[in-house]
Formats: sequence, C-alpha cells, structure tokens
Amino acid sequence: MQNTIELSDVSRSFGRVRAVDRLNLTIASGTATALMGPNGAGKTTLLKLCATLLAPDSGRIRLAGLDPATDGAAVRTRTAYLGHDSHLYADLTAEENLRFTARLHRLADGHRRIDDALDRIGLRAAARRPVRTFSRGMQQRCALARILLQQPGVLLLDEPATGLDVTARDVLYEIVRELRRNGTTVLVTTHDVSECVAICDSAILLARGRVTWSGAVGPADRATLEERLRSPLASA
Amino acid sequence: MIALLWKDLVIELRTKETLASLFLLGTLLLIVLSFAFDPTHPMREQSAPGVLWVAIIFAGTSAINRSLLRERENDCFAGLLLAPIDRGTIYLAKTVVNLILLLVAEAFLIPLFIFFFNLPFLATVARLALVAPVITLGFAAIGTLFAAISLRTRAREIMLPLLMLPLATPLFLAAVEITRDLMNGASYADVSHWFKLACTFDVVFLVVGWLTFEYAAAE
Repeated sequence: MQNTIELSDVSRSFGRVRAVDRLNLTIASGTATALMGPNGAGKTTLLKLCATLLAPDSGRIRLAGLDPATDGAAVRTRTAYLGHDSHLYADLTAEENLRFTARLHRLADGHRRIDDALDRIGLRAAARRPVRTFSRGMQQRCALARILLQQPGVLLLDEPATGLDVTARDVLYEIVRELRRNGTTVLVTTHDVSECVAICDSAILLARGRVTWSGAVGPADRATLEERLRSPLASA
Repeated sequence: MIALLWKDLVIELRTKETLASLFLLGTLLLIVLSFAFDPTHPMREQSAPGVLWVAIIFAGTSAINRSLLRERENDCFAGLLLAPIDRGTIYLAKTVVNLILLLVAEAFLIPLFIFFFNLPFLATVARLALVAPVITLGFAAIGTLFAAISLRTRAREIMLPLLMLPLATPLFLAAVEITRDLMNGASYADVSHWFKLACTFDVVFLVVGWLTFEYAAAE
C-alpha cells in the first residue's frame, strides 16, 4: 500500500536501556493508529525511528515502501513529525518560519499554502510577530500549520494536543481527519484515551519496547482501553 | 542551501548575538595580549601573528559554538534533520554562515591588531588578504563539524575546543607561520608549502564534514 509503515524486528537501545525491543509492526495506508503505553514504553523512540531522527540498532523499517537508511531524504519528503518541541525559530516570525519550511520542501505554491495554513489555524493576525512572543499553544498551532503546508503521506504526532486549548485541539483533530481522508497514514502517541478514540481507528499498546496489545478502537471501546492501559502488563 | 543561509543570516542580522560576541571577545583578547608584550622589545613583532590568530581562534570557537547552540531552542536542530534534504547540505550551509561571520569579524579585528602592534596598515592588510580566508575556511569547516558533534553532549561548551583544537593544530601552525613570514617580507612563493597544507586541510575537513555530518548530528 502507498503510505504503509512497516517495522520488522526493530530494536533501539540507549546505553543499556532497550527502548524498542525486536518490534514487528505494520500500519496500513490511510489509517490512524494510536501508540499508547506507560512512560518509557518506547513510543517516542518508535516515532523518531519512523521520522529518521534515530536509526535502529537492528531490524528494518519501510515507510511508503522506502528504506529510511538509504532513502532518508525521500522518506522525509513524505513524512511530517510533530513532537514535544515546535521546531520553530523564535527570532523569525510565524510567516518566515512557514516560508523557510516551504523552501526546504521546495513547494512550488508555497505562498498560497502559507496563506491557507495561517487562515486555517487562526494565526493570520499574528503571522508577522516573532515566534518568541507566542504562547505555547500558539507555537503548537504554528507547528501544525507547517504540517498543513507539507501535506504529508505519513504523519507522526508525539502527544500533539499537549498545551493546546480546546479550540486548537479541535482544529488539530479536524486536520488529522482531513489528512486521513486524503490518504495520509497517521501514527500518534498519546496517554489520552479520549484523544485516541476521537482521531484513531486502531491502537497499539506498548510496554518495555514491545507490543502488548493491538486492535481496532471506537468510542464504545473507551472503557476497555482504559482497563488495558491500567493492567499490570501495560505498566510492566 | 539558499534557504538555510537565508534563515541563519536573517536571525543573525536581527539578534547580532554571534557578531557581538566575536567583536567583543576578539577585541578583549587583542587588548590583553598586546599589553602582555613589552612595546619596546624587538620580539614583539615576531609574536604579533600568534596574538592575532589566538584572538581569532578563541573568539571564533565561541561564535561557532553559539551558531549551533542556537538550534537547540525549540529543538530546531531536529527540525533541520527532518527536512527532505541531504544532511551534508546542512553542514555546508552552517560552515558558509560561520565563514561569513568570521570574515566580517576579521575585517574589524585585523585593523585593530594593526593599530595595537603599530604595523603598516596597507602592507599588512595586503599580506593578510589571502591568508585570512584560507585559514578561516578550514577553521569554519572543522569548527562546525565538531560543534555539531558536541551539541548533544553534556559539557558542550567545553567539548568543542577540547575536540577541535588538537586536530586543528596544523591549520593554526600554518596560519601563524604564513602570517609571520609574509610580515617579515617573504613572498607568497616562499610560504607556498604552508599554503598547500592549509588548502589541503580545508578540502579534507569540508569533505569529511559533508560526508559524516549525518552521523555526527545523530542522537
């Protein structure tokens, strides 16, 4: 499939700590999957491996049919990552940050996309203000605008709603749903079961770098999912 | 590459952090070192090239460190690594920006150096016009590479000089020798062996930095 994420026997350690342990995973194109689990389960490491920010110690990763080890730039063209940090330059304005992203991604219609993205996330009035003057929520919205510019095939979100107010969170969820409708594969780490069932159609529970459970989720599975997250295995 | 250069130069023009630290630290070092030598001593002129390059190297090391540390705010460095470009291009762009900033600072520090050591202005500038860019390119190339390596280390401020200075010794030796010989009236042909050494250093570290930056910048 076009935007499939595949991991085969992937391991990654930091010193003596094995963050991801012989992980096998396939995420179908156009789906949204939540990565859940206790702190230190390996969720962020897994996302960083998919985003090419980390290289695996062993195993193989394929994103959209490409190998990040050999086709790093091509993988990054199709992938967008939003982590705990906004990756925004505090001394540039929001508009300049977006223009910088558009140039790096060689977007032919960058100006139009920047205008659309600023309108969409409600930062038009603050577009010419340095990012240093933004609140945490505004910075996160600006980072979201960057994702809108990219229109990625694979979207990797690491606890994306942290610091967002209710309105901005709704915009985030709407953007994720819209990208999915356009065929984007979404992989999102979250501790929030409500967020999981709001934007995802499946969930993977991780503990100590390994999958402990995976399956489809919907609004009706909320209680079950919460129970699974509290189980001794999930917090092992 | 152009986008990366634009971003760094716009931020520097706005904040002036790197240039200000280069000017201030470089000037302070020149003043302190020029006072350290007896103005009537005949050896003062012989030690002048060493003073100039010590000032540039120490002020420059701090500035190069600063140019990479800036990328830590909001983890912008990860943002750069996520860009769909060859990561060697990030290294080349950072090196070019550091080269530009160092040359701008040298355009200010060299006249000061001439003033403090009472040297003939035009003759000294003419002699340093070719030396400074060649040495500074090598300095920017090795400095940027090791600044990226030390970026994720705990004692990052001290790691850059500790890692870089021993390896950059041939370059700095060439800088001092070329400057001293030219100031003593030697021709460029007389110091061509030192020039070749400096040019080789430039090429080696530019290629090594470009090829290894992906691994140097990795977590």
